[in-house]
Amino acid sequence: MAGLRSGFGRYTHAIVRGIPESLAKEALRTGTGEEVDLAKAQREEEAYVEVLRTQLGLEVVELPADESLPDCVFVEDAAVVCGDTALITIPGAPSRRRETEAIKAALKDLNLNIVEMADENATLDGGDVLFTGQEFFVGLSKRTNQRGAEILADAFKDYAVSTVPVMEGLHLKSFCSMGGPGLIVIGSSEPAQKALKTMQQMSDHRYDKLTVPDDGAANCIYMNLPNKGHVLLHCTPEQYPESAKVFEKLKDYTLIPLSNLEKVKVDGALTCCSVLINKKANM
Amino acid sequence: MTTESGTDSEAKQPQENKETEKKNAKENEPASPQNQPEQLPAAAGHSTPTRKEQEQEEEDQVSNKSSTSRLSRSPLKGVKKVKIMQCKVTLLDDSDYTLNVEKRARGQELFDKVCDHLNLLEKDYFGITYRDVDNQKNWLDPCKELKKQIRTGPWNFAFNVKFYPPDPSQLTEDITRYYLCLQLRDDVVSGRLPCSFATHTVLGSYTVQSELGDYDPEELGSDYISELRFAPNQTKELEEKVMELHKTYKGMTPAEAEIHFLENAKKLSMYGVDLHHAKLVGSLYECLAPAEGEDSEGVEIMLGVCASGLLIYRDRLRINRFAWPKILKISYKRNNFYIKIRPGEFEQFESTIGFKLPNHRAAKRLWKVCVEHHTFFRLVSPEAPPKKFLSLGSKFRYSGRTQAQTRRASSQIIRPAPLFERSASKRYNMSRSLDGAPIMENHETLMKDSAAEGAANTIAKGDIITSVTPEKKAEEEKAEQDYTKMDGSEKTEPAASMPLRHESKDTSPPAEMVKHQTNISELKRSFLETDSGIPGLTEWEKRLSLSPAHSPRADEAPMIEPLELQDTEDKQPPVEETKELEHKTTKAAGFLVKYVVDSSGTDLATSSGPHGISLSTTMDDDVFLDRTLRTDADEKTPDSQEEVSERSIGKVSPGAVRQEVSRAISDKKGMLIILKEAEDIEESKPEFAVDETEEFLVTGEAVADENEISPSEENLAIEGDASVVIESTTTLVKIPEVEIKTYGVTQIKCMDSPKKAMASWISEQVKTNVSELNSMSTTEERQTKPSDAPQPPAEMLTSEEEQAVATPTGVTVSESSPAALAVSTLGLLSSCEKTSAEPEEKPVVATETKATPAKSTGPMRFDVVESGTKETPVIHTETKTITYESAGADTNGDLDPGVLLSAQTITSETTSTTTTTHITKMVKGGVSETRIEKRIVITGDADIDHDEALAQAIKEAKEQHPDMSVTKVVVHKETEITPEDGED
Repeated sequence: MAGLRSGFGRYTHAIVRGIPESLAKEALRTGTGEEVDLAKAQREEEAYVEVLRTQLGLEVVELPADESLPDCVFVEDAAVVCGDTALITIPGAPSRRRETEAIKAALKDLNLNIVEMADENATLDGGDVLFTGQEFFVGLSKRTNQRGAEILADAFKDYAVSTVPVMEGLHLKSFCSMGGPGLIVIGSSEPAQKALKTMQQMSDHRYDKLTVPDDGAANCIYMNLPNKGHVLLHCTPEQYPESAKVFEKLKDYTLIPLSNLEKVKVDGALTCCSVLINKKANM
Repeated sequence: MTTESGTDSEAKQPQENKETEKKNAKENEPASPQNQPEQLPAAAGHSTPTRKEQEQEEEDQVSNKSSTSRLSRSPLKGVKKVKIMQCKVTLLDDSDYTLNVEKRARGQELFDKVCDHLNLLEKDYFGITYRDVDNQKNWLDPCKELKKQIRTGPWNFAFNVKFYPPDPSQLTEDITRYYLCLQLRDDVVSGRLPCSFATHTVLGSYTVQSELGDYDPEELGSDYISELRFAPNQTKELEEKVMELHKTYKGMTPAEAEIHFLENAKKLSMYGVDLHHAKLVGSLYECLAPAEGEDSEGVEIMLGVCASGLLIYRDRLRINRFAWPKILKISYKRNNFYIKIRPGEFEQFESTIGFKLPNHRAAKRLWKVCVEHHTFFRLVSPEAPPKKFLSLGSKFRYSGRTQAQTRRASSQIIRPAPLFERSASKRYNMSRSLDGAPIMENHETLMKDSAAEGAANTIAKGDIITSVTPEKKAEEEKAEQDYTKMDGSEKTEPAASMPLRHESKDTSPPAEMVKHQTNISELKRSFLETDSGIPGLTEWEKRLSLSPAHSPRADEAPMIEPLELQDTEDKQPPVEETKELEHKTTKAAGFLVKYVVDSSGTDLATSSGPHGISLSTTMDDDVFLDRTLRTDADEKTPDSQEEVSERSIGKVSPGAVRQEVSRAISDKKGMLIILKEAEDIEESKPEFAVDETEEFLVTGEAVADENEISPSEENLAIEGDASVVIESTTTLVKIPEVEIKTYGVTQIKCMDSPKKAMASWISEQVKTNVSELNSMSTTEERQTKPSDAPQPPAEMLTSEEEQAVATPTGVTVSESSPAALAVSTLGLLSSCEKTSAEPEEKPVVATETKATPAKSTGPMRFDVVESGTKETPVIHTETKTITYESAGADTNGDLDPGVLLSAQTITSETTSTTTTTHITKMVKGGVSETRIEKRIVITGDADIDHDEALAQAIKEAKEQHPDMSVTKVVVHKETEITPEDGED
């Protein structure tokens, strides 16, 4: 009799994907930073998967990297999963469109209801989708358009879907994420704060915010797991010293710092590297 | 204040008249012509709009009375033969109920009859719809005659949910929830309430459980489920899933199943959202986020009206949202609908956003729905319909109860839970036409009656009472709890059990008294709540702990800030802004308005005196309908303030109730931000209105009190480092009712500029965190008063007295015993104490002092105001003062006056209230304190519920400053007793 929405942050499965060697040279990037150290990036990814699997006990589906898809490690963009429904996206970057195939197959194997975006004009990156437990915010960005957001709204009819213009940065979640039920972690930059204001205005719900100095650090992964309670995967002190301090003050959380130094060079954030699924929710 | 544009109404008037004519002509055919007289074209000329309006207005008043008393006036009037019309009302289970009403009956009468038939008591959430010429659904106006609304065609109606309660679990009766479920099932099946497959399954399974009971393959067969409809496109898969779930509900009662149904349905994003097609006019600033290269002009959108405000959708996406507090004004003109938006944090001016509706009727329909939703969900009591001299614009107002009122009212329901049959929802098995009408023939008639009767079949069994009562109690308790928690948390349900004004006419005297008591206890609770939360926690912590997300980590609260909802933010500005629901005014109208303002400005400024009708009391000050602001510059001089160093808040005018409340919050750094508020409420009651409630409060205590005391002083000196002081003064003065009417008419405009200035000023203050306080406020306040209300001698008198009193000041009753509510059992308080079940263990100290000092005030006032009231020359005045003090606030009588940084006084008025806001900022030892004092003088007639007004004032103050807590409330009441009364 539990409501449909109980258990925000409860996950049983995760889909991840390996890092292709092409990532270093060919992955899309918004900035022109240093070159990615592929080996280090791969170690980061391994650590990430290790945490999900061993430390958190999720069933992790590891998809092999595809050299023709340099960005394929960022699986989040290829699908939006909520409840027992998975929306397979049309990523905004044409070079990434084929990433969805493997993801779709994996989600199908997990018996999720697969919804595909039929409209070719629509684009949607999972990185622009913030699900708060009560509603969706979809960033309208370089990668996601109005039509994409509409299709998402159709796929998840129970929820309000509000659009938020993303003025700077790649995705909506490049500067925010959920840090707990009703808790939005937000970066301090002006565009981030502005987006937060928009979200706040659009929402009927009440949220708390946790402001961190670095936008990049605002992307973290919250889970609420049996026997573990609140779990937060967040940035390391090496990467964002000030922001890490903020996270470290959280009490009653299992805090797991994860390094993301390499992937961030190609705009990869923590949430980007997995699709999280709660299978138990769908009886 | 709804002023339609001139052009609009001019254009409309003739049209309407024509319609009337047409309709009359029509009616005449089938009807016997006997009683048509007042309808006929005499009233239809272009030249008579005014008259027509007035006429209608009178009728409205009549209807208000008759509807509340539930006595139909018509029989009395009707010397003539009454013509009866047959109405067909489609009920929520799709059965038709046919009934006869008089042709001249108003909407209310039909509605009441249907509710009686349905055995529905909590009926304020419901309404009756009819289809207009465009086949659009319109809500029947209860105040208008049916025949004026149904222009053409047969009298067919439908019974529907009008206001979807955001929290259905707060409904009192199962039967109400049942009807809500029926509506929602229809909403779901028709696609108006979209939901996912999973939700369809869950909702469907509870529907099955509530209608068919436990899963029983033998009785039900294997295919039982396909007879029911759960979704617009029902699939076999869905049915199977529903069945799977149904199997797991064994033992669940229908009522429980409905509660589960509602718990799930209420979370749906489109729950209770009334959609209207529109196009954008102009651009909807950046939030629209138009697709690239797209002009937002003319974009097709949907406007959704709901409990919390106005939602703007583009396709299924929400592209903007305007919470009610964000909206300053709603209007329509021809096909256009406008909302005026409060300026945002960084904006300087209000913006007006326009939407183009398909036609004029659609625009008006949307406007009405907005007015009604706003009133129902946002206000404590409905606004008085505008009374205008000119006949411009619509007089339409929501006239029913607000959610707050209906909750209060339904908490008084004492009948045993009615037994009713859940009619089998076979209807979903039938194909339906688009508009939801069943395409059913033959056995429809057969079913109709039985179904209808079944639905209404109530059997009150003795034993049910026992089984039901505990449940209900629990609910009530829950409601109370909710109320307690409400402050600072859920703003979407501002109304939760607010004390409210009851239409006094619709209850018998004993009930009224009971209510009154409850109001008092409510009031008390509303004060206490701030302190009663969790002992030992600061206000900040309490607020945090209210959010489940935070309870576990309240200790590190400083890091996490509540992301204020827009609504909440809007409440921050301590000074209210005005909201007018009104049409654009033409120049002519504008002029008139202005004139009115001026005149009323002065009158009102004189304070309490003449105005009687409590206009709309709002949940939030920002929505006040009518308010005039004034700034008293002289008060700002720092010097004046510094003198007033003592923390004792000198007692108030004899006959005034003061309330001081303070609260504190710690800011992120653990420091305290202090704001103080003081409110004074003065209320005046017309003397000859022998108001039961008033009597109740007053009589019997007079004598004892008389000896009791000294004029004055209650002083609460609380101020710890964390306090908001709310002072309120309540004076009960009798005032001729006559006056009331005259003055009730007015006000329209508000100047909100000072407010805004104020607001920003304040918020600055807030940011300068720091703590400490010294209260220097009261004296200050007293000084303010004369300047506020210089006009009528009476007022002068009062203020003089006040000052006199001020001199002796300083009796400081300060206490901090945490768990004791020491209440002297005298008078008012004691009486409410008795009724309220509330345990007294709140960290609050209450002192009660009664003073009977000045007998002169009263008569003076009358001189000013009245003429021709039968006034008794000698008036005894009874004064009572009650102080509630929160122990949470330290009474660390810090007498250091500190350094005054600034002070400001603002006065605002409505017909019934005069609000003086005085803000001072002090710095002392690196700590700054901002004190906002508010004195609200409420002038009332017999109909005013003073306790409600008081509670309202406190509530309002709290909402304005959600981050502050109330530490002290001083209630000072002055009542004049006519000799007869006194003797009694």
